[in-house]
Amino acid sequence: MGFPVLTVILLAPIIGALISVFIPKENSKVIKAVAGITTFTSLALTIVIYFIYYNQNLATGGFAFTEDIPWVRDLGVVYSLGVDGFSLPMLLLTNIIGFTSVFSRSWSVEKRAKEFYILLLILIGGVMGTFVARDLFIFFLFYEVVVIPIYIMVIIWGSGSKTKAVTKEYAGMKLTIYLLIGSAFLLAAMIWMYMQAAVYLGAPTFDIATLAKVDFPAKFQIIAFGMMAFGFTTLLSMFPFHSWSPDGYAGAPTAVSMIHAGVLKKIGGYGLIRIGLFILPLGAKAWAPVIAILAVGNVVYAALICLAQKDMKYVVGYSSVSHMGFVLIGVASLNIIGLNGAVANMFAHGVMSALFFSMVGYIYAATKSRYIPDLGGLAHQMPVASTGFVVAAMASAGLPGLVSFVPEFTTFVGAFATKQTNMQVLSIIALTGVVLGAVYVLRMVANVLFGPRKEEWDHVEDIKGSYLIPVVVLIVFIVTFGIFPSLLMDMVNSGMQPIAAKMVQATTAAAAAAQIGGNI
Amino acid sequence: MIEFALYNAWLIPLLPAVAFVLIALVFKPLPKVSAFVAITFILISFVLAICIGIGVIQQGGEFVEHPLKQAFTWFSMNGLKVEMGVQIDPTSAMMLFVVTLVASLVQIYSLGYMHGDPGFSRFYAYLSLFAMSMLGLVIAPNLLQMFVFWELVGLCSYLLIGFWFHKYSAREAAKKAFITTRTGDFGLLLGILLLQINFGTLDLQRLGEMIPNFAQYTHLSLGALTVIAVILFLGPIGKSGQFPLHVWLPDAMEGPTPVSALIHAATMVVAGVYLTGRTLILFKTVPSAMAFVAFMGAFTALFAASIAITQTEMKKILAYSTVSQLGYMMLALGAGSLTASMFHLMTHAFFKALMFLGAGSVLHSMHNEANIWKYGGLKKYMPVTYWTFLVGCLAIAGIPPFAGFWSKDEILLVTYNMAAHQHQPFYYLLFVMAVLTAGLTAFYMFRMFFICFHGELRDKHAHPHESPFSMLLPLYVLAFLSVVGGLVGMPWLQHGFGYFVRIGEFEHEAPNYIIMVGSVVVALIGIFTAITIYLKKSVSHEKLAQQFKPIYTLLYNKYYIDEIYLWIIHNVIDGLGRFLWWVDTTIVDGIIDAVGNAAKLLGSTFRRIQTGKLQHYALVLFAGIVILVIIMNFMDTSSVNLGLLGGVR
Repeated sequence: MGFPVLTVILLAPIIGALISVFIPKENSKVIKAVAGITTFTSLALTIVIYFIYYNQNLATGGFAFTEDIPWVRDLGVVYSLGVDGFSLPMLLLTNIIGFTSVFSRSWSVEKRAKEFYILLLILIGGVMGTFVARDLFIFFLFYEVVVIPIYIMVIIWGSGSKTKAVTKEYAGMKLTIYLLIGSAFLLAAMIWMYMQAAVYLGAPTFDIATLAKVDFPAKFQIIAFGMMAFGFTTLLSMFPFHSWSPDGYAGAPTAVSMIHAGVLKKIGGYGLIRIGLFILPLGAKAWAPVIAILAVGNVVYAALICLAQKDMKYVVGYSSVSHMGFVLIGVASLNIIGLNGAVANMFAHGVMSALFFSMVGYIYAATKSRYIPDLGGLAHQMPVASTGFVVAAMASAGLPGLVSFVPEFTTFVGAFATKQTNMQVLSIIALTGVVLGAVYVLRMVANVLFGPRKEEWDHVEDIKGSYLIPVVVLIVFIVTFGIFPSLLMDMVNSGMQPIAAKMVQATTAAAAAAQIGGNI
Repeated sequence: MIEFALYNAWLIPLLPAVAFVLIALVFKPLPKVSAFVAITFILISFVLAICIGIGVIQQGGEFVEHPLKQAFTWFSMNGLKVEMGVQIDPTSAMMLFVVTLVASLVQIYSLGYMHGDPGFSRFYAYLSLFAMSMLGLVIAPNLLQMFVFWELVGLCSYLLIGFWFHKYSAREAAKKAFITTRTGDFGLLLGILLLQINFGTLDLQRLGEMIPNFAQYTHLSLGALTVIAVILFLGPIGKSGQFPLHVWLPDAMEGPTPVSALIHAATMVVAGVYLTGRTLILFKTVPSAMAFVAFMGAFTALFAASIAITQTEMKKILAYSTVSQLGYMMLALGAGSLTASMFHLMTHAFFKALMFLGAGSVLHSMHNEANIWKYGGLKKYMPVTYWTFLVGCLAIAGIPPFAGFWSKDEILLVTYNMAAHQHQPFYYLLFVMAVLTAGLTAFYMFRMFFICFHGELRDKHAHPHESPFSMLLPLYVLAFLSVVGGLVGMPWLQHGFGYFVRIGEFEHEAPNYIIMVGSVVVALIGIFTAITIYLKKSVSHEKLAQQFKPIYTLLYNKYYIDEIYLWIIHNVIDGLGRFLWWVDTTIVDGIIDAVGNAAKLLGSTFRRIQTGKLQHYALVLFAGIVILVIIMNFMDTSSVNLGLLGGVR
């Protein structure tokens, strides 16, 4: 076994957190620097392995940089890590957002910064863990690690809203309870799967690849997938289980909003595809129509609600719900093009919403207001923040040349390629989200940034110093992946191939079995 | 040099892109350098475009059937491959020439017009970005690349309309432009998706081969293909300001005037016409879709011309005139003639850019006073602007031998031929509409011309003056082209414009002298009416307005279409948004909160168990899971039994 690069990437922020414990809380600058250095280490290493994989492993696919250390022998739990074309983009996303979120700005963090950064680093480490775990148990463990810091961070450093009677305590509680209920279903489905596997394999296992080799009976798949999908799609804020998300994002401090909307949500999509579709393809096939209908609900319903928002964070929060609809449509199309679109959309939405939340958070921190009618003409005082804001808005509207266009296009090609009329009709409805998406972001851009100069904002400072890091880094990624989409799409395609192949194989086998006359 | 240009055509869009990056990242603090960089790069592109034009002409009709193509894979996956590249044929070569020419002239013009503006560098950065996007669109070998750059020109349009973002009106106009064209793009994207799914390719040439034999390649019926064509056409309706999505174009005049000339007259707005022209095979395959295009075009032409009669701002009149002329181009496409449409596109680019830049010159000297009734007698103060503007007016009115005459005549001819020789009586109606539009066009143009340049200066505080040389040079060049630009398409030429820019076999259309003379007569009637009312003042225009008050008010208020849209948006769509927001906070959240409160109520009964701490809730949840697992075991006893729980090794 070579250099355990994934463990190093995982541990870097955790070590940062440990170091920070011993730094006196007055030295908040030092703590921030530690957080910056450790997350940057992870980011740099991730970029390196991304390109190594891109150049060497793309043709063959499969997991690379694997580590396997038996952990709980009695239960068959193995500390097994590895990355493939699916987890690498997610890992990269986590690190981009992790690194940039350290330098985001929220005024509430100016007090008790030490605890904030410690929790933030633990959070980042936990999210990364879920994406590199090849063992269900490890996956779930990391997932649970994530929930607790979020709760604490929202209720301590969060904020209320002017447009909705929501306190940060309510927002934090709602978010946490939703995620816990979702994860309860997940855990149940996982344990059940674990035990079922024993029937076919002789021994129970948590190993995802091994589980995927089992042809579980269709009835089991449908029930287990339903439970899993409930857990994962709640995390992905699927309509009608979405309402924790706008409240949670609006309440959370900037860095948490960035991480939560940017990557944490994506764990839902990741799990849905990696575990749900891969292990339980027949279940996925049965549930896909339901997911497709709710996905359209996400896109259109949330986009229309965005039109009625007056709080910047709610606009971005609901827009994030709306965008998750595209991911779900891609998943529901169950073919490789749609799945590629779904995964690429998760990445695209991640960087884009991180930039959006970072800019909104910065403006909020600088003006102490996120109520749109109060703002206006900020492009006069904050040209840099405005640039970032406009780039994020355009990416959100799916402008070509920025990261989100190709994923959205691919998703729709995938949905149409199903050749199912209901899927095509649903996608046409969802396509209206593209127009509505432009309406609400441009309205916000116009009302916040443009228009006559307001003298009351003359005192605010534009982005400078280390606060520039999120704008610059995120814009670089948004533009690079927008102009060279194959950097992302090739990777995703290689990761989706085994999953799509399993999907095809399972459904054709089931169809053949049905022709013979039921299960033998 | 010509060889080099032909095989390195990708440089043409790339050079302005480099200029954009350089200005944005390096030269922004230095306005003069920024302008220098932008102009140098676009001029190099212009030279390359001329070389390509010469190369294409040397090749004769060869490139029509076998365009010169270079492409690379932009991204690909199992079952989907998207390319980017360049396609050189006479049509794209012509567009490259027009776009680089007007872009260069406008950038030179802006040296004077934007002098001293705090956003000078930013302006040149946007102009370069626009040039890149427009050239990328023009040169695209497939529909997806077209769509990509189509959206990017939309972005540039948005940024440039809202260039003076401190103005409330500019910011609203920019937003309106983007959203309105986006509405059309919904259809365009859907159409592209449907083509991709059914034909498996978006390559223009492949589609051109497959679509006429669509039954062989796909399961589509003729009706379904018609639907695809109409859906696809929504994009051009939005971009090229066709009814009913024309509303954004007049408002777009809030941008600086050079922008109006470049983007909202000569280049970007014709992207819709260009795209329809590029996919004309599709429309030719389904005649009813083609008739739809023709009707939309003819209707828009007449409709916009009728509004232009009553407007009181130079740029607004020119904007409606642009809408109207774009309608002509669509009509030509609807009559199945790529040649006539592209010919008018080219001549229109010359004379409309000329008039916009002329209007900019007037605005510049009148300190941005927009109302034409404040002008008057400007002939005396700005002779160059006067004479060049007159050339533009004669060209658009269709007086021989100016450029507009030849191209408009071609459009009337193909429409007439469609009715007379193809036995499509519907086109007689369109022909009449087109002729009427020609008369109206001549009238409103000369109305504006006389009000602005003749008579006495009405605003006594104004001090009009002629513009600096950097602004006059483009006027000379464009005036020259507006005079001679149409000669390349004279119907007596055996191998004129139509020999190169065409689809299918080359057929020489015989000139129709009745239509030629007739169209001139109609134009002269329009001009003389304008002379009677506004120059000689034999008839009072105020009295006329009084006499036809209802019609006048209707036209002056642009048929109230903006008001209707605003009402729909604010009441229906926003209303729906507010209603759903209420649903979300009251019903969806309400159910959740009710469940939570029920739990709390239960909790108050079992106070001793419920401590209110999160970890305890988690514990309870875990217990619940165990119970669930046990239940599931019973449900599915055939495969799993309870013994397994303890039987884990």
